[in-house]
Amino acid sequence: MNISAWWQAFFGILKRELLRFVHQRTRFISSLVRPFIWLAVFAAGFRAALGISIIEPYDTYITYQVYIAPGLVAMVLLFNAMQSSLSMVYDREMGSMRVLLMSPLPRWYLLLCKLTASALVSIPQAYAFLAIAWWFDVQPPAIGYLWLAPVLLVCGMVLGALGLFISSFIKQLENFAGVMNFVIFPMFFLSSALYPLWRMLESSDWLYWLCSVNPFTFCVELIRFSLYNQWNGEAATVVTGCLIGFIALAVWAFDPQRGASR
Amino acid sequence: MPSHIKTKNCLPALLFGASLCLSQAAGAATAYISNEKDDSLSLIDLDTLEVIETIDVGQRPRGITFSQDYSKLYICASDDDTVQVMDVATHTIISNLPSGEDPEQFALHPDDRRLYIANEDNALVTVVDTVKEQVIGQIDVGVEPEGMAISPDGKVAVNTSETTSMLHWIDTDTHELIHNTRVDQRPRHVEFTKDGKLLWASAEIGGTVAIIDVDSKEVIKKIRFEIRGIHGDKIQPVGIKLTDDGKTAFVALGPANHIAVVDAKTFEVIDYLLVGRRTWHMEFSPDERYLLTTNGISGDVSVIDVQKRKAIKSIRVGRFPWGVAVKPD
Repeated sequence: MNISAWWQAFFGILKRELLRFVHQRTRFISSLVRPFIWLAVFAAGFRAALGISIIEPYDTYITYQVYIAPGLVAMVLLFNAMQSSLSMVYDREMGSMRVLLMSPLPRWYLLLCKLTASALVSIPQAYAFLAIAWWFDVQPPAIGYLWLAPVLLVCGMVLGALGLFISSFIKQLENFAGVMNFVIFPMFFLSSALYPLWRMLESSDWLYWLCSVNPFTFCVELIRFSLYNQWNGEAATVVTGCLIGFIALAVWAFDPQRGASR
Repeated sequence: MPSHIKTKNCLPALLFGASLCLSQAAGAATAYISNEKDDSLSLIDLDTLEVIETIDVGQRPRGITFSQDYSKLYICASDDDTVQVMDVATHTIISNLPSGEDPEQFALHPDDRRLYIANEDNALVTVVDTVKEQVIGQIDVGVEPEGMAISPDGKVAVNTSETTSMLHWIDTDTHELIHNTRVDQRPRHVEFTKDGKLLWASAEIGGTVAIIDVDSKEVIKKIRFEIRGIHGDKIQPVGIKLTDDGKTAFVALGPANHIAVVDAKTFEVIDYLLVGRRTWHMEFSPDERYLLTTNGISGDVSVIDVQKRKAIKSIRVGRFPWGVAVKPD
């Protein structure tokens, strides 16, 4: 099989993801409204209540809005990843997944294409949110926006791979509500998205521990550091490890010989 | 995520390092910060924005100011009841001036010789001849004198008394009290405009800055402050700095942890900048690119980019930084 067939498959899947996104305008709007409400309402309410001292990667004191913005960017990726996974369940129910799996290309490659396409679709959403956040004094250095792009892609793929793995075990579309309760919310709240981890440590050791091992925390921190033009080797290592691990799990789970999608 | 295993590097170090270094090079200067509870001065290099040295001085150093040629640094060592004179070249204390009890703030006369010192515990302003090292006058003022300023022409000294809530106008030739101006509660700091026509006076508990016409000695305008999410009681103006072009004023708002940026022509507040906790006093770098604020409770100095009106860095210094003075290198 020549290389163009691989590209053709990738662009086909990417186009489908894009079309699905473009046709679902409410999805785009909700992807912006959700973090916007957190930024404009939740963060405004906690602005004075939560003093943020100087923590890496910031060089000086920051408002709460500035602190939670990277977490909200990660939230955009998380919801997009889980919605993309939801579409896999839908595709399975509607039968369109069979069309995809009829391709002579290996299944792992098709899943990788799906993951990459989904992550790419989430990147403009994240930037659109950051454009809004600019008006709320979330004004990172210009170079940070550049470094953010590859980080968004990688983090989008990590969360997408996790979503794909989870969606393998969902038999019906209705079961996806459980994903909200048992995956999205715990991942988001038990992370450094809303509070610095030292704040968690002040309230509870085990909460701190849970947040410290949550892959979403590392995605948030990698986004935070890159947005402020700095490198966080620990977060990058963990996120890369999660990327490999979750993709492997997703591929394994979708294997007709072994996974729950049999 | 434990911070000790976090590595922090500048991502574009190779590509952008040179341009960053160039862009950070403000007029070479060193900031001297008095650390009230550490009995020390922290020296900050304004090129690198890092502490380069810490010097032990007398007890409870607060107000600090340079002689006009920057060869001497005067330090109010409040708990030693003296004003120390430091030789800036060697960083050694060369003399102790008779300042009266508990000197807190002072102002050096344009003649570079007379020092007007507010003695907080004694309701006095003491005038010291820094050459003869002698007290040449003492003026009774209100209770808890604090802020001191000398008019640019050197004819008038103004002192604030915190408990009396007054500004006391002193003739610098006769050392007589010539006028009192009532302002809002607990005035802490006074600052003349470059042309000497207006005087800005902060009132810490009143939460205002009064603009006073120097000729009539009357308050012509009061500036009030309001920060979203911060209770009005926490907005306590203290330090004031005016840019040389007379267009912009910066007011340190104490426990509100913000610096107010004020249009010095219209007296409208333009912006509020978040800095460290309990910010009191400020000083510009020689080129006015940076404004440094001392943040007592958080023990650091915030650096504000004056042009961008943005706090760019906070630098940890000693405990309870109080005063700041800047010397060009």
